[in-house]
Amino acid sequence: MEKTERLIVASSPQIHCGDTTARIMWTVSACLAPAGIWGIYVFGFRALLVILISLAAALAGEAAAGKMTGRSTLKDGSAFVTGLLVAYNMPPDVPLYIPVIASLFGILVVKWCFGGLGCNWMNPALAGRVFVFFSWTGGMTTWRFPGTMDMADTVSGASPLGFLKTSLANGVSGEGLWGSYPVSGMDGRVTGWLNETLGLSMRGGYADLFIGNIPGCIGEVSALLLIVGAVVLLIRKIITWEIPAAYLGSFIVLTWIFGGLPMGRGFFSGDVLFHLFSGGLMLGSLYMATDMVTSPLTRKGMLIFGFGCGFMTFLIRQFGSFPEGVSLAIIFMNILVPMINRFTGPSRFGVTTRKERQG
Amino acid sequence: MKDIMTFSKGGIHPADNKALAEQEAIRTLAIPPVCVVALGQHLGKPAECGLSPGDEVQRGSVIGTASGFISAPVHSPVSGTVKELTRIRLPNGQQTAAVIIETKDESPEVIQPSDEWRKLSEAQLLERIAAAGVVGLGGATFPVNVKYMVPKGSRVEYFVVNGVECEPYLTADYRLMLEKTENILTGIEIVRSILHPEHIIIGIENNKPEAIAVMQKAVSALSTPITVTPLKVKYPQGDEKQLLKAVTGREVPSGGLPIAIGAVVSNVGTLNAVYEAVACSRPLIERIVTVSGSGIVRPSNLRVRIGTPFRALIEECGGFIGEPVKIVAGGPMMGFAVCDLDTPVTKGTGGLLVLTEKEYKKRERTACIQCGRCIKACPMGLNPTRLFKWIDHLDYSAAEDEGLMDCKECGSCAYSCPAHIPLVQGMKLGKLMLRKKKAN
Repeated sequence: MEKTERLIVASSPQIHCGDTTARIMWTVSACLAPAGIWGIYVFGFRALLVILISLAAALAGEAAAGKMTGRSTLKDGSAFVTGLLVAYNMPPDVPLYIPVIASLFGILVVKWCFGGLGCNWMNPALAGRVFVFFSWTGGMTTWRFPGTMDMADTVSGASPLGFLKTSLANGVSGEGLWGSYPVSGMDGRVTGWLNETLGLSMRGGYADLFIGNIPGCIGEVSALLLIVGAVVLLIRKIITWEIPAAYLGSFIVLTWIFGGLPMGRGFFSGDVLFHLFSGGLMLGSLYMATDMVTSPLTRKGMLIFGFGCGFMTFLIRQFGSFPEGVSLAIIFMNILVPMINRFTGPSRFGVTTRKERQG
Repeated sequence: MKDIMTFSKGGIHPADNKALAEQEAIRTLAIPPVCVVALGQHLGKPAECGLSPGDEVQRGSVIGTASGFISAPVHSPVSGTVKELTRIRLPNGQQTAAVIIETKDESPEVIQPSDEWRKLSEAQLLERIAAAGVVGLGGATFPVNVKYMVPKGSRVEYFVVNGVECEPYLTADYRLMLEKTENILTGIEIVRSILHPEHIIIGIENNKPEAIAVMQKAVSALSTPITVTPLKVKYPQGDEKQLLKAVTGREVPSGGLPIAIGAVVSNVGTLNAVYEAVACSRPLIERIVTVSGSGIVRPSNLRVRIGTPFRALIEECGGFIGEPVKIVAGGPMMGFAVCDLDTPVTKGTGGLLVLTEKEYKKRERTACIQCGRCIKACPMGLNPTRLFKWIDHLDYSAAEDEGLMDCKECGSCAYSCPAHIPLVQGMKLGKLMLRKKKAN
């Protein structure tokens, strides 16, 4: 009976829910996988190469930083997620040094200069992306039509959001704005079927946006698969509903009310579906704004953060000079997180007055 | 079911694992050859002992007298000879004086309940409870007679009976409710004649439907109105602040006692002890201990004399299965890990758990990723990760300003933390340092 030499003596609680940081990070990576596989499927081998290069750079950066600080953090999976997200934010034909620099900037400068995992105040992958976007704008905005769009000969083209911005700048307005944008055969079939069975009169193009038959960054094009992964994360309680709901909700409402203005269509005429499924909104709102380290701690804080992201994304997309505003919006709100946390702490049990609450 | 209540803020849902022992009727453990009776086994000042080695003691005779306002006497759980006066380490890490008694054969105990207590005044009843050394058996071990001394000007609106037993594994209170229903109700009667509450509520979580049914049936036969309130399962509902929030909707103010909202709470085990003390003139010399966990051959609920070494309980339950990873005195959420099987049962020991790898895997601590799960789990609305950082930076008063003293170490935060940060350990340290600072 005396097998007590190796008993663990530790402070209570003596049991644990069993979850670990590493499990959270690897689950996020797993839920991101389908969207990446789709990216490889439509953009080909080149997309896989970008993903592998980004991952390698991120892991190498993490290993180097770990070596310097004497901490072994590769297994916690956070650098893998960063590398993956950097790759997902790259166009498939990006020069290969760009994802390397983005990953290294994110890991070494944004994360480790502030103390490593948990101490960074900005999402490393997003910071890396924004850094290279402003440094090599040309390489970061060269797009390719996916292989599923029956446009094999047309190698390069504008992303839907970019097309819209350019058309607006050229003085095109009204309904014809993205009417001239190419549509795949798959979209025609899906839209036709939807219109027939549901009695709608939906125009072509939305199905392409939703499924991911559009030019764009490797991991952001398939809204459908990103949503599938996010549902798993919600069920596993790795992300909570507050940030995506506040982000997407505020963005939808603002786009619906004001989105028609730049096109000269007046209020309440914004093209909500187009904006919802184009660009990096799904990837950003479901996977990057919800990053635990760089988002607020409490429900109230998360809702404020989400609204802020939605508002900034809307502002940049509709009235800014860039076609896309998701990464800048999230980074801007990242900066405000400490302040949001300060004012949205939990309300204490048995403490009623404001004075008492502040000690 | 909208009617079933619980507390609103925080809380967690660990697997309750009560099935291991809940069907086991209470068995009486044989008297051990040697009893180790701690003199400081209650909250407050330790009892004072005037015995010396060689002295004879009788079952129930006083071996330590209460040494202050918040203190309790300690009685000899067995008849025998004092072998040694020594110091021992209790599961919670504290050292205390202890009396080691070599037991000899004792005459069988005849317990004769009587109704004669009904003629006693409130003060006389309190005196009997105090003399019997009754302390809160839910785990806090606060002297019960002190708890029932309501300050002048306060009115007791609610007397709440705590049958929640929210700690996983533990089934001692559950068995007591099934097997000693009448004792508990008499205990409630006794407390009623001390406190004169307007309402009496028995709170039981609805993972114990049998206990709810038995208590409901028993109270329906009474002339005095007692409500049995089923509660939605959520840890730590057995804490008096959470229980009161659940059954009365009122929040005990920060730093205050339940009496501030007109309430007094007692555990069912305590009421059984009150009954024995007052109606049977029997001091507190034994308690029910749940021996459970996946590492024990036969999980059981045992009636154990205070001072019995853990080893005897484990032997009675058939020993270990495989290699234990942790042995816990108390429940798994707030109990203490022990490494010495000679540690004795005290008045506060509600459970003895043998955990294996199935139930606990040691994991490395990683960096805090600001996930906010500790905040979501905290029933007191604290920010554990922030408090921990203050304590880590040795700024205890900053932690105090943010409510550190409200923390009752329920463990919900550390249970939920994916980074395996020892949050409760930090809180305990911070509270200890603050108390030390105040004492100087």
